[in-house]
Parts: sequence; C-alpha cells; structure tokens
Amino acid sequence: MIDFSIIVDHWDMYMQGFGNTVKASLLALLGSLLLGIVIAVFRIAPVRLLNWLGAAYVEFIRNIPLILVVFVFFFGLPALGVRLDSFTAGTLGLTVYTAAFIAEVIRAGILAVPKGQMEAARSSGLTYLQAMRYVILPQAIKIVIPPLGNQFINLVKNSSVLGVIAGLDLMYFGDLISSETFVTFDVYIFVAVFYLVLTVPLSLGVGFLERRLARSR
Amino acid sequence: MDFIGAYSPIHLKFLLEGFLVTLEVAFISIVLSFAIGIVIGVLRYARIPVVAHVLAVGVETIRNLPLLLIIFFTYFALPEVGMKLDKLYAAILALVIFESAMLSEIVRSGLNSIEKGQIEAARASGLTYMQTMWHIILPQALRRMVPPIVSQFISLLKDTSLAVVIALPELMNHAQIINGRNVNYVIPIFLLVALMYFTVNYSLSLISKRLENKRV
Repeated sequence: MIDFSIIVDHWDMYMQGFGNTVKASLLALLGSLLLGIVIAVFRIAPVRLLNWLGAAYVEFIRNIPLILVVFVFFFGLPALGVRLDSFTAGTLGLTVYTAAFIAEVIRAGILAVPKGQMEAARSSGLTYLQAMRYVILPQAIKIVIPPLGNQFINLVKNSSVLGVIAGLDLMYFGDLISSETFVTFDVYIFVAVFYLVLTVPLSLGVGFLERRLARSR
Repeated sequence: MDFIGAYSPIHLKFLLEGFLVTLEVAFISIVLSFAIGIVIGVLRYARIPVVAHVLAVGVETIRNLPLLLIIFFTYFALPEVGMKLDKLYAAILALVIFESAMLSEIVRSGLNSIEKGQIEAARASGLTYMQTMWHIILPQALRRMVPPIVSQFISLLKDTSLAVVIALPELMNHAQIINGRNVNYVIPIFLLVALMYFTVNYSLSLISKRLENKRV
C-alpha cells in the first residue's frame, strides 16, 4: 500500500514545489495574456506587416515542442552570454509558448463579435483603438474566458517541464524526494495528487462556464 | 556560434536518426491510442452503467495530469512494482495512456455531434444497436474526427520530446548530445531542430485545415 509517511516527512518539500508550480503558472499566465493580446491585435489589425508577424509567431511556436522553447531559454541564452536561473528560464519559456495559444483564443473571441459592431463604433466617431478597447474587447472577453481557462489548465500541466531543468517545481521536488528516499512510485503518486488539486477544480470550473455560456447563447 | 561545425554531415545524420525515432514513437502511439480511444469513447457514449463512470473518472484524471509525470511513472515507478520497461516501451506506454484519454474525448464529441434522430431512424428500421453504431454512427463521426485527430497527432509529435527526460534517443535527446560537445553548436542546433519539428507539424496542420474546409 501507499506509504503515507513520505508525504508527512517531506511535507515542506512538497509544499515548496507546489508553491513554485503555482507561482510559475500564474506568472506565465499573466505574461502570456499580455503577450497573447498584443499578438492577437497584431493578427487582426488593418496592417499587413503586423498580420504577417502575428501569424508567423503563432504558427512557429505552436508547431515546436514546449521543451525546445524552454531549452532555448535555459541552454541557448547562456551560449549568447545571457544566463538565467532555471525558474526564470522555465517561466519565460512557458510564457512565450503559451502566448501563441492564448493569442489564437483571443483572436477567435474578437472575430466572434459581429462585424457590424466595429462598423457602428467606427461610424459613430471612435478610432480603431477606441472601438477595440470600449466595444469589441469587452464583448470578446466573455466568449474567451472558458477557452482561456483551458489554456491555464494546460499551463499548470506544462509547468512540469521546469522539472527537466531543475526549476524547483513539483516535478523537481518529486525527483529530489525520490532520490532521497529511494522510493519512486509513492512519491510520484503524491506529486500527481498535488497536480490534480490544481487542475481538477479548474477543469470543473471551465466545464461549468462552458455550459453556462452555451445556454446564454 | 558555429553553424558549419554544428551542421556537419555526422551531426545532420544523427539528428535525422533521432527524428525518425520521434516519428516512429509518435506514429505507433497515435495508432494504439486511437484504437483504445475509440473503445473508451464508444463505451462512454453508450452510457453503459458503472463502466462509463469508471472510464469517466479515469479519463478525467489522466487528462488533468502532466504527461511528463506519466512518463516518469512508466519508466521510474513501474519497475518498483515489478514492471520493468525499456525506454522505448516506457515512452510509448506513457504516450498511449495520455493520448488515449485525449482521443477518447475526441471520439465522444464526434459521436455526440451526430443527430440523435439518426439512431432512432436506424433502430426503427430494424438495425440492432451495434449495427447502428457500426454502419450509421461511427462512419459519419469518424469523418468529423479527422481534423481534431490530426491536431492531436501534432501535439503528440511535440510531446514525444518530453521523453528526453528518460534519454529516449529521439530528436531532442540527439540535439542535446550534440550541444554537449561544443557550446557554439547550441543555437544553430536548436534552430535546425525547431525547423524540423515546424516543417512536419506545419504541413500536417495545413492538411488538417484543408480537410476541415472540404467538410464544411
């Protein structure tokens, strides 16, 4: 049976890893939301060059593995003389990667707002940016929340790649505890439970919002 | 940065060998996961009591865990309970566990997208439930599932790189081995590796997009 003394004896380590997983996920969420909004606006702005840049970012990042992005920050930057600690490198990698997916979610949300809204806003004298800010985005946000929630769930799961570069997250501490206790199975069962504590409530919440949004339409 | 040294024929060949392992592992995993995903998806769609509930809990649990954790499990934890797998099988097992859960959801929503009236009509015209499933519902649902399955395959191809943690000799592992020889190789190698993944995945995504447009 599962040996509960592991979690009791190593509670502090589990908590430290759990805390860092939450921290990395939240920081990356914030960063990728900001970056994602910029890219989404690039993609739909009435400027060809920006459209192209936005599309290039999204398509390139979405089609390469996350771990490669993280490795570029962790192993690639030092080759150029910039050294980041593993937590920062991992979180930046997560941010750059997730931003591509969030940009697509936001773009889809903006495009889901009927075109007439933009035309009406423009003809009533708002500039393009004002129309975006006061008319389109507030409506798009409602549509965008459930898929954003899904991206956040992915982000929490993806943050486990920090463990690969010793990024002090749950996976890293799982590794540390198992090399200390020479137990693997039970140690990772508890790691799994900690991930589920984060992801299952999020999944249920997203499911609830999706159903509510489907009904309101 | 040393592009010429990094792109020596030996290195290129080594990377290509790694990429072949990536493609092989991804391909085997998607085929197995699809088979299992169909079974799980159909069982859940049919709402068979108890079985459907147990599967629902299993699928949701797996979908809410990081794949990396599952890879650690199949490679490092299973030997502790007497199941020792080599890297290749441990990686494939982990990917199949994770992807079957993902694909079963695709199968289930594909099945759910077929109007209920079709089942009623088929049953009314004398087909059994199994016949209805096999001849009426699945063929239509499968066609609708193609685009999401292609996207899932793209994810799988990318996710195979996580097996770098168990030193499976796939593309990322080979890239890291070359990078270990000379720090000036790192950027050129990452650039090339990114292009390799991008080329294959982007082509797949274009195919998927075309299939989607044809359907609508």
